[in-house]
Amino acid sequence: QTTVHGTVTDHSGPLPGVNVVIKGTTTGTTTDFDGNYSIEAASGDILVFSYIGYRTSEKTVSGNTLDIILEEDTQQLDEVVLIGYGQVKKKDATGSVTTVKSDDFNNGMVVSPDQLIAGKTAGVQITSSGGEPGAGANIRIRGGASLNASNDPLIVIDGVPVDKEGIAGVSNPLNIVNPNDIESFTVLKDASAAAIYGSRASNGVIIITTKKGSSGEVQFNYNAKTSVSTVTRTVDAFSADSFRNLVQNYGSDAQQALLGNYHTNWQDIIFRDAISFDQNFSAKGQLFGNTPFRASVGYTEQDGILKTSSLERWTGSFGITPRFFDNHLKVDINVKGILSNSRFGDTGAIGSAILMNPTNPVYDSSLPFGGYYEDFTNGNVETLAPRNPLGLLKQRNNTGDVKRSVGNIELDYKLHFLPELRAHANFGYDISTGERNDRVSEEAAGYYRNGTGYGHLETESQNKRNLLMDLYLNYSKSYENSFITNLDVTAGHSYQSFTNSGFKNNYDYINDQVIVTRYYNPVVIASFFGRANVSIKDKYLLTATLRRDGSSRFDPDVRWGNFPSAAFAWNMYNEPWLENSATLSNLKLRMGWGITGQQDLPGRYFPYLSVYLAGTPQVQYPFGDNYYTTYRPNPYSNSLTWEETTTYNAGLDYGFFDNRITGAVDIYYRKTKDLLSEVSTPAGSNLSNVFVDNVGTMENKGLEFEINATAIETDTFSWNLGANFTWNRSEVTGLNADTDFISVQDRNITGGTGLFNQVHAVGETPYSFYVYEQVYDADGKPVENVFVDRNGDGVVDDNDRYIHKSALPDVYYGFTSQFRYKKWDLNMVFRGQAGNYVYNNIDSNVGIRNGVFTSSTFLTNIVENYNETGFVQATDQVRLSDYYIQNASFLRLDNITLGYNAGRFLGNSFSARIYGSVQNVFTVTGYDGLDPEVQNGNDYNIYPRPRTFLLGLSVDF
Amino acid sequence: CTGDLDTDPRVEQTIDNILDEDPDAYKGMLAKIYSAFILTGQETSGQTDVVAPDAGASSYIRNYWNFQELTTDEALNRWGDGGLDALNRLNWTAGNNFVRILYDRIYLEVAMANNFLRETQGIEDEEIQDFRNEARFLRALAYWHAIDMFGNVPFVTENDPVGNFEPPRYTREALFNYVENELLEIIPLMKDPGTNEYARADRVAAWMLISKLYLNAEVYIGEPRYSEALTYLDNIVRESGYSLEPDYQNLFLADNDNSREIILPLASDGLRSQSYGGTTYIIHAGISNSTMNPSDFGVNGGWEGNRTTSAFVDLFGNLETNGDRRALFHTEGHIKENTDYTAFNNGYAIAKFKNITASGDMGSDTSGEFVDTDFPLFRLADAYLMYAEAVVRGGTGGDLSTALDLVNQLRERAYGDTSGNIGSAALTLDFILDERGRELYWEGHRRTDLIRFGKFTGNTYLWPWKGATLGGSAVESFRTLLPIPLTDLGVNSNLVQNPGY
Repeated sequence: QTTVHGTVTDHSGPLPGVNVVIKGTTTGTTTDFDGNYSIEAASGDILVFSYIGYRTSEKTVSGNTLDIILEEDTQQLDEVVLIGYGQVKKKDATGSVTTVKSDDFNNGMVVSPDQLIAGKTAGVQITSSGGEPGAGANIRIRGGASLNASNDPLIVIDGVPVDKEGIAGVSNPLNIVNPNDIESFTVLKDASAAAIYGSRASNGVIIITTKKGSSGEVQFNYNAKTSVSTVTRTVDAFSADSFRNLVQNYGSDAQQALLGNYHTNWQDIIFRDAISFDQNFSAKGQLFGNTPFRASVGYTEQDGILKTSSLERWTGSFGITPRFFDNHLKVDINVKGILSNSRFGDTGAIGSAILMNPTNPVYDSSLPFGGYYEDFTNGNVETLAPRNPLGLLKQRNNTGDVKRSVGNIELDYKLHFLPELRAHANFGYDISTGERNDRVSEEAAGYYRNGTGYGHLETESQNKRNLLMDLYLNYSKSYENSFITNLDVTAGHSYQSFTNSGFKNNYDYINDQVIVTRYYNPVVIASFFGRANVSIKDKYLLTATLRRDGSSRFDPDVRWGNFPSAAFAWNMYNEPWLENSATLSNLKLRMGWGITGQQDLPGRYFPYLSVYLAGTPQVQYPFGDNYYTTYRPNPYSNSLTWEETTTYNAGLDYGFFDNRITGAVDIYYRKTKDLLSEVSTPAGSNLSNVFVDNVGTMENKGLEFEINATAIETDTFSWNLGANFTWNRSEVTGLNADTDFISVQDRNITGGTGLFNQVHAVGETPYSFYVYEQVYDADGKPVENVFVDRNGDGVVDDNDRYIHKSALPDVYYGFTSQFRYKKWDLNMVFRGQAGNYVYNNIDSNVGIRNGVFTSSTFLTNIVENYNETGFVQATDQVRLSDYYIQNASFLRLDNITLGYNAGRFLGNSFSARIYGSVQNVFTVTGYDGLDPEVQNGNDYNIYPRPRTFLLGLSVDF
Repeated sequence: CTGDLDTDPRVEQTIDNILDEDPDAYKGMLAKIYSAFILTGQETSGQTDVVAPDAGASSYIRNYWNFQELTTDEALNRWGDGGLDALNRLNWTAGNNFVRILYDRIYLEVAMANNFLRETQGIEDEEIQDFRNEARFLRALAYWHAIDMFGNVPFVTENDPVGNFEPPRYTREALFNYVENELLEIIPLMKDPGTNEYARADRVAAWMLISKLYLNAEVYIGEPRYSEALTYLDNIVRESGYSLEPDYQNLFLADNDNSREIILPLASDGLRSQSYGGTTYIIHAGISNSTMNPSDFGVNGGWEGNRTTSAFVDLFGNLETNGDRRALFHTEGHIKENTDYTAFNNGYAIAKFKNITASGDMGSDTSGEFVDTDFPLFRLADAYLMYAEAVVRGGTGGDLSTALDLVNQLRERAYGDTSGNIGSAALTLDFILDERGRELYWEGHRRTDLIRFGKFTGNTYLWPWKGATLGGSAVESFRTLLPIPLTDLGVNSNLVQNPGY
């Protein structure tokens, strides 16, 4: 017998409370707070290390020390998953629910929460809107169920559904929570899981849970990251020399005289390598001996690759979970706060940098524009010429300062006389204020009029208040050896109000006046809900939910909607004929049905009421000598009502080889009726030409597949692989309109006026491109302004446009790989899409020769696509050629991280991990533009996504 | 907590809230119906009344003007975007964006007038009654544009609900009859000639509108109504109290609100009534920075859009020798021909509308962005020429000597003396059409005139780029009507597309 001692850790630090038992005996011990243990054992004994949530590990004693790293077991069957207003054991879950925990989050310079899970789960597509610090993200679950109503999922943070619209001065509304404070994301994808959120669940629900306190002594964590971001590629605008050539060949004498002698690469002028820092400090443990708490502070400083754009952010969080009355009353209090100061670089500079004449200088101190060169003729600024891109950035100071806090107090009381019954109350808030200050210098050419520079100032002050109250009762009881083995019933009431109010001041220096615009946008949702979970013989699970929601957006007569769901699951693995299978370790069949709703109409708060909007003082109308404020009646409709989505889902959860391979397959079919959409009103029937209406039906169907496998698992080496794959097809199946007619046009393009290139048409994917069919010559070169006369009537006009591809992908997927060798780890995340098309709006707007020569007093640049097409004249038809619709399928290595676990130092009281990562490593695509990942299918003026190199350190003590 | 579901609007307001706060609220609602003919929304270029790709391009009068001018010999636009080229070439389709905006603007006007009539129903107050009559007049004006441009269209009145119904289709004749009856009903109710506030319609405006309806009746309903036209034109000539502006140019300047010739203006003010439609558009779009000096026009720059055609210049004969002061062309740096109509200097520019006052001062917006110049929707000279035309076309109730005198009053103003006067033999229909061009160009009359004289389509009169060829070519007769926009055909099953589209 010798004394064996050692330390048990996981990847983030020491593990206290791990059971260490000599195999085959009852002799054992547990690790202390620092993860240390010592046990009397003989050489050759096998030590079994086990800990909830971790894979059990066995080691043979062969000396006095034995350190071990435990692997987390994310697929444990006793794991609980969150569902709305409660939780269930994973084995009892009936819906399509995916959870991603903090250990699986993406690494790198992650400033906003959505980036943590990009590429991690089937059915969830996350597209950042660009490379701007704190940029917003577009999250789509199963492709989105709506047309013009919001397609964003409902996001619930610690029980509080949050407002997903931004606030003045913050571009990403999800930036409420420091990613370092997040414990898990739970995605409720199908209706049976999400229907408890009723009217707001059509596009799925994402439940974000923040990290909580723990038992034991106080532990601290400090982590710091620093990164450098660089531009990967710029638009191929003509160089000064080729531009000079072009103008000399095709320009008039006057235009040739406008050529300068400079070689300016305007894109190089506006971009930079940007450095960022991120630091977080957290403490968790017990206060007052027995009350778990967690507190954290974070500080982020991020510069954008576009000069002048930056973000500075402080975050803080505090959570405490006291227990009272012998644990009968559980209290959970969470408060999070954020202070962020952003400066937004004028993204118009990106377009200007492409268009600006490259033979012009950057600076010209002889002009009245603060040293910047601008096109200036006879004392007038060329208002139609592109502005100096650097001037746009440097002469504008557009800042946003936001204070936001979200928090809740949850009371959960287990009745003393009937402990199966719990009364639960949750009071939450999400309150923010935003101040935006947008000042343009008096020297800026954009506000130079008739010999005077005026400058510009616009300020905005916004207050948002979101208050929540949930009250419910839950009865839960297990029965041994009976037909019904578990019963869980919940019923409750929820009330939530959102108020968004504020005002904008536009200082018109030219005429010395202030233009004030106010807004006041309240939304109230009141709900009643209930759920029953029944488990029969531990094998058959039934869930039924019902929610009744009322929305302030609709007329009292049509305000309320009912949203039921039902689901059945069969734990096949618990059947005797499978229970002893050597290969199979889990098999569960799930089937669900449900109806969810949608009432979120961006920008419409009283669509059922007859209201008037007063005009500003600049749009009065004179009668005689007096000017009168005008009052405009706004359009309304008292029959507007809920959009309803019916979802059917069938899925199979599986596990093989003791759950070394796990995963799920789901198929779904979803049909939405009464689609809320902004559509043409019959002329004369309403007070505008376009208004929201319940217009049609849409279908989504899809297949999701997820697999996670532990390919190799030894003491020194492990390799985990994950893959997810989603195929989705969305189709508009009906519009309240002539079916052979394209009635809903959407998304206008840059260039021309009022040109829309995407439509919703019956039988087609939403946002299909609607274009002319290009004719090509024998060499495969497009013939300018020649299109196929598709209807054969001898002329090419509107009637020859056709549906051609869509911006929505057919398939999206993600791969993850995690290697570990001794103390080293290497993680990779790949993400991709296929079948999505992009309209190359840069080529169509800036790739045509006459774009250079629109004026006789200034010149604008074009891009090299002209060399391929030779297009001279930009007509509407040329702009709408299908030539510009390009396949934008891609595979991106989003993130690669190499880490080293330094273990303990300084007398074992510290442990550390250092790591380096690269984000946006490479992209494989056939798309010609800068980046194939374009949010709405029209590629123009996008803030490029940078490549980011990062070094990080995490210390526990 | 379910009572909270009745949320209260505070920025947009219910009519009761507005009336509590603003004693002039009804007047402000009426002002909206007037202003929607020229302004674009509740902000200078935001909060547009109709959803359109560009605020300025959504202006009622800008689109009305485009269809009356760009489709004719009087103007060509070189921008070509968003379907504008089709106006120059007379080959628009039912999907054309500008066809839609004009149509939608007309029906927004109708809907807002209907709304006002509903909200003021039963109010006995005399001033409110005046407002109601004017709202009916403005609705009739919009419906006249629908008759003139679109023909067979939806019909709605204050007796219809708001939202969720498909208005019935009225034939051109049915709508003609409705508008005629409306005008006959309100003519005696309108305020006496010259007694209303500036920029509000009085009885003369209603006489003017019904005269236009009758003058074009042969086109609209296939039935000559020249005698009825003369009844009201005679009233205007004899009893209106309006008088010719002595200096023609002054009618189109920043202080043209001083003129006694304008019967109904669409008002514009550089500081208080701003938009990028209206006269701000007409002036800016007609100027080039390279060939003209924008400050001569009281603005800060040109948009290089609209010029005229060589065919129109020819109406004035030899510009060197012709003494007609209405020939306000800018020729320097320009060629007369329209060979490349995408080049601004191909075709003479028009220097008629300006944002400077008669005494040479710039308008009130010192930045030169927005203009003070009012748009003369109806003016007395038009009535004079209509009178002459109705007489020549055989209408009774007028006489040739009065007709000749009225025409010569305009000629005398144009020439500064009697050298341009004509004799009765010269007063032919062809002369009247040409004279209407010379007197009223760029004021939004030309298309209707060319149609009435049978020269808009076919090949009896060709001008550059008519029918999409430089020399001009024949256009099929169905183009005298615009198509019903696809957007409305798609949502209103009562509608039928006009023939040819």
